[in-house]
Amino acid sequence: MEEFTISIYVNNKPGVLMRLSQTFARRGYNIDSLVVSPAVDHQFSRITVVVQGDPETLDQILRQLNKLVDVVHASHHDPKQSVERELAIFKLLVGPEKRSEVLQIVDVFRAKIVDITDQSLIVESTGSSSKIDAMEKLFNTMGLKEMVRSGKLVMARGTNQT
Amino acid sequence: MNGAQVVVEALKREGVKYIFGYPGGACMPIFDALLDAPELELVLVRHEQGGTHMADGYARATGKPGVVLVTSGPGATNTVTGLLTAQMDSIPLIVLTGQTITPNLGKDAFQEADIFGVTIPVVKHSYLVKDVNELPKIVQEAFHLATTGRPGPVLIDLPKDVVSAECVSSFPENIDLPGYEVSMKGNADDIVRAAHIIMESRCPLLYVGAGAVGAGAAKEVLELAEKLQAPVTTTLLGKGAFPETHDLSVGMLGMHGTAYANKAVVGCDMIMAIGARWDDRITGKVSEFCPTASKIHIDIDPAEFGKIIQPDVSINGDARLVLQELIKHVRKLDSDSWLKSVASWKKKYPLKYPKRGGLRAQYVLDELDRLSESRGIISTDVGQHQMWAAQFCKSSRERQWLSSGGAGTMGYGFPAAIGAQLGCPNDLVVAVVGDGGFQMTLAELSTAALQRVPIKILIIDNRHLGMIRQWQELFFDQRLSGCELDGNPDFVKLGESYGVKGFRIRRAGDVTKVLKKALAYNDGPCIIHAEVVKEDNVFPMIPAGAAVKDMLIEKPKDRKLEKPVGST
Repeated sequence: MEEFTISIYVNNKPGVLMRLSQTFARRGYNIDSLVVSPAVDHQFSRITVVVQGDPETLDQILRQLNKLVDVVHASHHDPKQSVERELAIFKLLVGPEKRSEVLQIVDVFRAKIVDITDQSLIVESTGSSSKIDAMEKLFNTMGLKEMVRSGKLVMARGTNQT
Repeated sequence: MNGAQVVVEALKREGVKYIFGYPGGACMPIFDALLDAPELELVLVRHEQGGTHMADGYARATGKPGVVLVTSGPGATNTVTGLLTAQMDSIPLIVLTGQTITPNLGKDAFQEADIFGVTIPVVKHSYLVKDVNELPKIVQEAFHLATTGRPGPVLIDLPKDVVSAECVSSFPENIDLPGYEVSMKGNADDIVRAAHIIMESRCPLLYVGAGAVGAGAAKEVLELAEKLQAPVTTTLLGKGAFPETHDLSVGMLGMHGTAYANKAVVGCDMIMAIGARWDDRITGKVSEFCPTASKIHIDIDPAEFGKIIQPDVSINGDARLVLQELIKHVRKLDSDSWLKSVASWKKKYPLKYPKRGGLRAQYVLDELDRLSESRGIISTDVGQHQMWAAQFCKSSRERQWLSSGGAGTMGYGFPAAIGAQLGCPNDLVVAVVGDGGFQMTLAELSTAALQRVPIKILIIDNRHLGMIRQWQELFFDQRLSGCELDGNPDFVKLGESYGVKGFRIRRAGDVTKVLKKALAYNDGPCIIHAEVVKEDNVFPMIPAGAAVKDMLIEKPKDRKLEKPVGST
């Protein structure tokens, strides 16, 4: 199993997501993350999907996605040729005595504190998925209570079409 | 116009003649609108599955889309098997389903089924119409999608309030589907590369499937085969895309194909798939399928490339247009010694069956083929009789063979024959069915009788699910489980109760005489009940998952067969 980031440009209509997820599921692909948002032209949506699956069937999956009437195009993105970002927010249950420790980490990762109480902190961070993973690992040792990740967003570099 | 009238108007614009339908609460406005459209003939079926198969048979026989109209909930779910059947075999269908009113959607309203969701895996595309003003565009798109590219079924779910509302929009001039592109002509470079590979071949084989039938490419296949001097094998669904009566034909390949077709598969140095998708019934064990032969794949659906077999060259396009271009780039091959080998296999391993020991299905079908001069439209069910019909009933032209290949739907053959006869009133149409499959959709005897379609329903009755029995005999130590059909009705009397004429065949000596009489009977449908031997097996056979070279010409006498490892 390998991880792939696939970007799909679709008609902005009900039911499209069902068809997409069914195509992945039938070929045994597991969806790790999925982001749907309107495209510049609001008749269309952009979907970024991170999936785990067999590299040999990737081409097949892309063809099967492209075959769907509501899919305008679907393509796999090489991380070297694209900008990838993810947003995460973390809730840590920490009191004033451990705050400075968290703030240090926030500083190193160029994250932000967006909410604070005497019992808790919410940290916002944007970056590559691996950066988010690293923060999660550190926060796990210091009272991480909740984490919400946006899922990966991808855009092709330069003038290439995403 | 209200939505229902728009639907009816759209069907008229598409040139629809028959609607296979069954009413219910949610689709009553459309049934009402039909009364004002005498040019659309409603065929009132007895079960929605039967109706869907009728539309499918109509589509396969005529090449035009079949149209089904049913109600919501169970009416809609009863079409699912028909949708799967059409989707697997790329048959153009339009299935219109009634639906509860939009404010009730998702609230478990009476006769509500999320048919849009239920059918996603078994349609080419589908719509749930929420705004009556989108209806003209949607119905137009649905017909376009069903009939172009790789054809398939399209479902339109029509809430009752939507079809009752007034529509102010009109039919659009153009179809705007940004996500739907069909490559028709094929890439010129790919065609030239394919031609180079073909010209190097000394042992070529053309492997022709349903895509060639869909594209209407029979003339081009014939021209290519004769120009190259290459033998042609057709798949179960490709039957008729090349005349099986032609010298270069080796008949059907695959699990129950002819021995000589399968030997040609093993021996060829180049195999070209023309609208065929390397189905598991054909390749057997994929890793051992034509390992050294070059492979060319022509398909209208690019998602078929590399799905099962990685071709050396793939050409994405319509079989007819691609072949027209390809023919210009090839010449006669040096295939004489290969053709001699193929001819010798034909002689050495002909299709055969025992002439003694009771009435044989193969003999009945062989005689049917002879008496009808291979001209009839044959619509089959699924199982042993289907394979024997494929072997012994030769197809001499396209759209003469209707059979559920991909889905293997029992209950398909009889209703499909009704649809085919309505579409082709001047052709001989024979439904070749088993006693098992026929009982799944026999309610349509009413429909056949009412429509007075002169179809011949040939029931090959062995009082068993013959193919199941065959597998249990061969692979499961003769432990018969659930394959004996005790309690079959007297099919002739059953037919009589519907006013359907009946004929019986009990002995081999009756076959010719009774078939002749039945074929001459044209005053509505008739049943020909052939009581064949209980135990008989279809051979040749490539056990599921075995390599093509391990084909069995007959039942091995000296060894036990392992349980097949292939899918089913």
